[in-house]
Amino acid sequence: MTEPNSATPAPPAFAVRAAKRAAWAVVGEKILEALVYLCGFSAIVFVLGIFLFVFKEAFPILANDNFSLTQFLFSPEWYPTSEVNKRYGVFAMIAGTCSVTVLAMVIAVPFGLGAAIYISEFCGHKTREILKIVIEFLAAVPSVVWGFIGLTVMSRLIVQYTGAPVGVNMLNGGIILALMCVPIIVSISEDALKAVPDSYREAAIALGVTRWQLVWRVLLPAAKNGLLAAVLLGVGRGVGETMAVLMATGHAVHIPNSVFDSVRTLTANIASELGEAPAGSDHYRVLFLIGVLLFTLTFAVNLIADTIVRGIRRK
Amino acid sequence: MVNVPAIEKHIEVTGLRLSYGMKEVLHGISFDIRRHEILGVIGPAQSGKTSLLRCINRTIEFTPGTHVSGTITVDGEDVRKVRDVYALRRKIGMVAPLPVGLPLSIRENVALAPRSAGLTRKGDLDAIVEQCLRQAALWDEVKDRLDSLGTKLSGGQQQRLTIARALSHQPEILCLDEFSIAIDPVTTMRIEEVLKELRHHMTIILVTNLTQQARRLADRTMFLWKGEIVELDTTDVIFSAKPTDPRTRDYVEGVFG
Repeated sequence: MTEPNSATPAPPAFAVRAAKRAAWAVVGEKILEALVYLCGFSAIVFVLGIFLFVFKEAFPILANDNFSLTQFLFSPEWYPTSEVNKRYGVFAMIAGTCSVTVLAMVIAVPFGLGAAIYISEFCGHKTREILKIVIEFLAAVPSVVWGFIGLTVMSRLIVQYTGAPVGVNMLNGGIILALMCVPIIVSISEDALKAVPDSYREAAIALGVTRWQLVWRVLLPAAKNGLLAAVLLGVGRGVGETMAVLMATGHAVHIPNSVFDSVRTLTANIASELGEAPAGSDHYRVLFLIGVLLFTLTFAVNLIADTIVRGIRRK
Repeated sequence: MVNVPAIEKHIEVTGLRLSYGMKEVLHGISFDIRRHEILGVIGPAQSGKTSLLRCINRTIEFTPGTHVSGTITVDGEDVRKVRDVYALRRKIGMVAPLPVGLPLSIRENVALAPRSAGLTRKGDLDAIVEQCLRQAALWDEVKDRLDSLGTKLSGGQQQRLTIARALSHQPEILCLDEFSIAIDPVTTMRIEEVLKELRHHMTIILVTNLTQQARRLADRTMFLWKGEIVELDTTDVIFSAKPTDPRTRDYVEGVFG
């Protein structure tokens, strides 16, 4: 307004007014801002740093004339310590990692999602609290203990009930890994389901849908991003887990024909051989190259997940 | 349509008491709702209007710590003794004050209830979807994007989607809980026209903060205050210069304190 209206008096001023901001407050805020910036970017720095370091250790082998990348990726022959003919083919271990992870997911995803649905939608308050504590406890079991269980209890059970010649095999590793993934999948899926607003539940219930139809037709679609994240974190754990699978899978370099075959995973191979490979040797460098490969694998999984989630969101 | 006598009771509420924990919010109210009438329910906040609706379709059970006594019968059947609560809820369409678009496509939002009730033929479902969206005055705006997410619609559109959804299972009773607070006046009037049409097919309970809306639409109006019925009479009487209870006049005229 350009014309001041003399008829209406100005509103009374507040008795207390905020003082002008002190110089230190302005500077302090700038410093805080910079710190938060730094924290955010440090994640990128660390990821790049790790990748560069691992890649730097592995790089000389790629320049070596005796080494072929095709053979590395597609040959199942892993003889790093042979006297006459060293061969570095990790295909069997890629197969091992993939098969154990897939098997673990086949077991863990239905169990994990089922448990999350039960805890979040069906069980009573008391049961829920108890189950959550137990599941958190499961998540806290160290992986070496899981490996120990696989090596002793699970392998005996497998031999007893399936008649397999050895108990430490892909099935054993898959089950142990599944047990390790379930708590993660349960707790993240449960959070995802909890995040679905109650108004959705009430609206659907008022339409006369049953509890199952509510879960199936409304809650799962509503929570799908979170559920997908839960499953992929499980996959991430499956690909990256080392100790338990090292102990439970039998550690044989072999492309599995059945779930009762022993397999070796990429991670277990690094863990078991890096200590024995002389620093700077070809063997040592190939192990680092396996590290790069693992890095690429998990990166690919994350990228795919991200693309799927974005695709769902855009729709 | 069968010609039913106007005084047939569709819903009968007798001595309904409801408490959340220790706090009683409905203090033993009794009234009945006639078939194919629009019953307006007015009253200030916290007077138990929404709770009353939630007792009728039994969604009150999902709030922990509630205690209900007294009876509500729908078509002569006690709602708390019905064998198939899902069938009961399908008889009742419910529209909440704030729009709740389910995170599904527009088509699936409307098709959810009939599909869950066992209807699977796509042709039938599409016909229901179109009819309900038309009734809710939304069809023209969304007919070209039925497969996009219902939650992407504007607030007013979502509210009309909610109304379409409430009609999708062809309810005998339609409960509207302050349906117009998220909708612009023009759309509100369009929906009010729809309600005037729908009342030939169903009983409508219209909970509203806009007393004039009750005056425009309702056959009878109930003034609910602090969990008790102050007055229930024909809308003409409630909005006349001399309702039975002076509090009613005060509330309607906006001088209630």
